[in-house]
Amino acid sequence: MSLGKIRYLLLLLAIGSMACGLGRGEANIILNKAARVCMECIGLG
Amino acid sequence: MLISLARRRLIQLMATLLTNQQLMNLTSGRLYKGSAKELCAPGLNCYSCPAATLSCPLGAIQTVGGTASYGFSFYAGGFLLLLGVLWGRLACGFLCPFGLFQELLAKVPLPRKKLYAPLLYLKYLMLLVFVLGLPLFFMLTEGIGPPAFCQYICPAGTLEAALPLLLTHPEYREAAGGLFALKAAILAALLIACMSVPRFFCKALCPLGAIYGLMNPLSICRLHLDKSRCISCGACQRACPMDIDPRKQTNSPECIRCGACQNACPQQALHLGIKKRDNKKTPEFTS
Repeated sequence: MSLGKIRYLLLLLAIGSMACGLGRGEANIILNKAARVCMECIGLG
Repeated sequence: MLISLARRRLIQLMATLLTNQQLMNLTSGRLYKGSAKELCAPGLNCYSCPAATLSCPLGAIQTVGGTASYGFSFYAGGFLLLLGVLWGRLACGFLCPFGLFQELLAKVPLPRKKLYAPLLYLKYLMLLVFVLGLPLFFMLTEGIGPPAFCQYICPAGTLEAALPLLLTHPEYREAAGGLFALKAAILAALLIACMSVPRFFCKALCPLGAIYGLMNPLSICRLHLDKSRCISCGACQRACPMDIDPRKQTNSPECIRCGACQNACPQQALHLGIKKRDNKKTPEFTS
């Protein structure tokens, strides 16, 4: 399989993966985490 | 695509400001809570930074990965794969706020040192253990996994989130203990290391760079070497902040696509772009 085909397959995989993630509500989980102070990130959790 | 250092610096500043639009929040210590935080930033930028408008992709991977019944973030993973396939590690060189910070630190006039080569592999260990492994392991055993890289390592979180929040919130200052001391020590050590080893964190520790770097050899936008033009003067190797020899490792996983080699080449043998430069001269018109 040529490098070009592998690239386009990976692009499709990436877009499909993002769509799948959005479909199962991952963006909402990320927003819930990011909208509050992440205690672990600041070394208090 | 030839981009001067001044223009790249401007792009880096613009990207940092676009990722951190809520600058006024730095004085109040409040966090932006808008829906833009559903989107991931291309570079390392803590979502608990009061100025942050976008989310950190590594934080997103760990948060979703550590949430029961999810296990892996297809959204953030797909986003990183998409950027990686499009332009490899170019986001490190142009769009990462922490990369810009390290480049500014490297301006401190100290003797330059090269990174001990085996340390280059540490970032893959960080990715496998702290970003993917530990959140998944604790999610499977205890139902919820901590964002281990953010919690124990991430210096961007300490710099961009912990310091402004501790300065503006007395209750956080009182709660700061051993874990904060560990993270502050890591940040301090990195600051010193970055002064003598340019982009020390990118080279040795950054899991985001590790993900993008794996895509470097097959990305659509890449570095092309025209061997017929190369005179092996070594100017590209001397200019490279990542200590790569672009003649031998043109699309190395370590290359951040900053274009320093391209700018240094007196023969214009290196070219960053989608297609190889066409060297054929246009046939002259003959009557």
